[in-house]
Amino acid sequence: MDSLSERLKQAEIDEYNQLIKKIEPKPPVIKNCIWAFIVGGLICVFGQLIINFLMSNGWNQTDAGSGASVILIFLAALFTGLGLYDELGKYAGAGSIVPITGFANAIVASAMEFKREGYIFGVGARIFSVAGPTLVFGFTIAVFIGLLNILFTK
Amino acid sequence: MSKKQGRQTIVFASPPLISSWASLVGPKEGEGPWGEDFDQVLHDYLYDEQTWEKAESKMLKEAVKQAISKRYYQPSEIELLISGDLLNQIVSANYAARELSIPFLGMYGACSTMAESMLTAAMAVDGGFFSCVVAAVSSHHYTAERQFRTPTEQGVQKSATSQWTATAAGAVLLEAVPGGNPRITSATIGQVIDMGQSDAANMGSAMAPAAVKTIKAHFDDLNRSPDYYDLIVTGDLGKVGMALAQELFIREGLLPQPNYSDCGVLLYNDRQDVNSGGSGCGSSAAMLCGPILKKMSEGRINRLLLVATGALMSPTTSFQGETIPSIAHAVALENI
Amino acid sequence: MNSLLLAFLVGGAFCLIGQLIMDLTKPGITPGHILVGYISMGAILSGMGLYQPLVDFAGAGATVPLSGFGHLLTQGTITAVQQRGLLGALSGGVEAAAAGITAAIVFGYLAAVLFNPRS
Repeated sequence: MDSLSERLKQAEIDEYNQLIKKIEPKPPVIKNCIWAFIVGGLICVFGQLIINFLMSNGWNQTDAGSGASVILIFLAALFTGLGLYDELGKYAGAGSIVPITGFANAIVASAMEFKREGYIFGVGARIFSVAGPTLVFGFTIAVFIGLLNILFTK
Repeated sequence: MSKKQGRQTIVFASPPLISSWASLVGPKEGEGPWGEDFDQVLHDYLYDEQTWEKAESKMLKEAVKQAISKRYYQPSEIELLISGDLLNQIVSANYAARELSIPFLGMYGACSTMAESMLTAAMAVDGGFFSCVVAAVSSHHYTAERQFRTPTEQGVQKSATSQWTATAAGAVLLEAVPGGNPRITSATIGQVIDMGQSDAANMGSAMAPAAVKTIKAHFDDLNRSPDYYDLIVTGDLGKVGMALAQELFIREGLLPQPNYSDCGVLLYNDRQDVNSGGSGCGSSAAMLCGPILKKMSEGRINRLLLVATGALMSPTTSFQGETIPSIAHAVALENI
Repeated sequence: MNSLLLAFLVGGAFCLIGQLIMDLTKPGITPGHILVGYISMGAILSGMGLYQPLVDFAGAGATVPLSGFGHLLTQGTITAVQQRGLLGALSGGVEAAAAGITAAIVFGYLAAVLFNPRS
């Protein structure tokens, strides 16, 4: 009896899901992809310009890469503060999320959002609310790979 | 004698009068098609306060004050305030009630809170316990966004099914007095319905079945034909949920098709970048306490069924993989 | 000039893949998921030795997307492991990525001090 009513409920849900599929608007995938490609590509071009500039001033490749990251992060923080980065994000989608500027935007937006809850438990505690998981996974995987490296090179 | 009819519907023996109402909306809602019908349009989202939460609470308090001052009452003459909002612990309503010094009952029905508060207030008045009760709700785009979704400055692409939480507060004053219109004649209390939807960016789909079930129960309980009302409005299903509801009306056999619309669709125009439409307690409250009650007082709408819809999840349950339970309450307003 | 074109094409392609993931796998893929996914994939591909060739080929087109940050963490860890052994596994990643992480924290904090969320 119980399983019958559960199955009836599931059938009702399946039918409703099909109705939703028929009615809900599809995302404009092609338009979104073009935006993402162009904006993301341009951010990377800008990064490359900074790297080229720093290397022509005698920086080595590693330092130039770090320098470019810092400058991109600074600009993302500035544009987030000015309220422009989220406007870009409406159109660019992944184009403004995937580059390191998107990581910076997530950090700055969280920090700004919780300013009114104070600088310690507001900004300080919440600054990593979106970007924190990124670092957790990045660090953990990197350490794990480092350990594998020890195991397999000995 | 019981005033309940059928399983879910109550019919008021002496229908309470909606003697006055007031609405405050944010700048975006003021730019929409009904800007001139609201009592006050704010110039910004902070309303001279330090935080958005304080601004929302102030909007709610001002809506209550404006509604009662239209009848030349003082807050001390109001016997009961029934109010709620979307924030955790319904803080907007709590803090507004702190300032108003009116005996207070807090309500939470997510975006259905306006109908929930009105039908509870009407029961209190028709039951003879009180003769002068205010029902009021609020929502604020930025307080809701930061509680339910992402930080406001994060660059996020909204899907076409997503909705824009309305910045709005509305209040109605119910009185047990003879004479005058419009009145609350009946109400249907909804059941919590869950059709397995889990996408918080598509609340219209989660809530549409609850709205249709409540509407169906209303007509079944009262043995009324679906074209009894001049207008049926749902609270905040948006374009997607409204299209689903219209399809479900047919499947549920609600014929002839009622004259139906949705407050979340009505509140904004197509150029306002709100995707599927408005949402939040303020969506139904602003439309009701702005254009709709105005049209009722002018006699251009005489029978209205307001079906406010609410999605009852929290960010915590969403992270835990729960689906979205939804509810809808119906309140019938009539010129009699 | 060629380096710019490659950066554009490869960087754009990274973002395009992210967009396809968001648009076609419903529901509920948020920017947070995308960020975690990219840094993790970058770190793993780097550990398998597949990411460095992409960096050599496309420069900023591979280092600016967040997968490049994952690559940086992994390469920092591997280099440190080879120099210092076990302790390097714990310190190498953060050392390599220190500039970016610290910049994000400090600029984030300063932005919060200087600006209010727009209203």
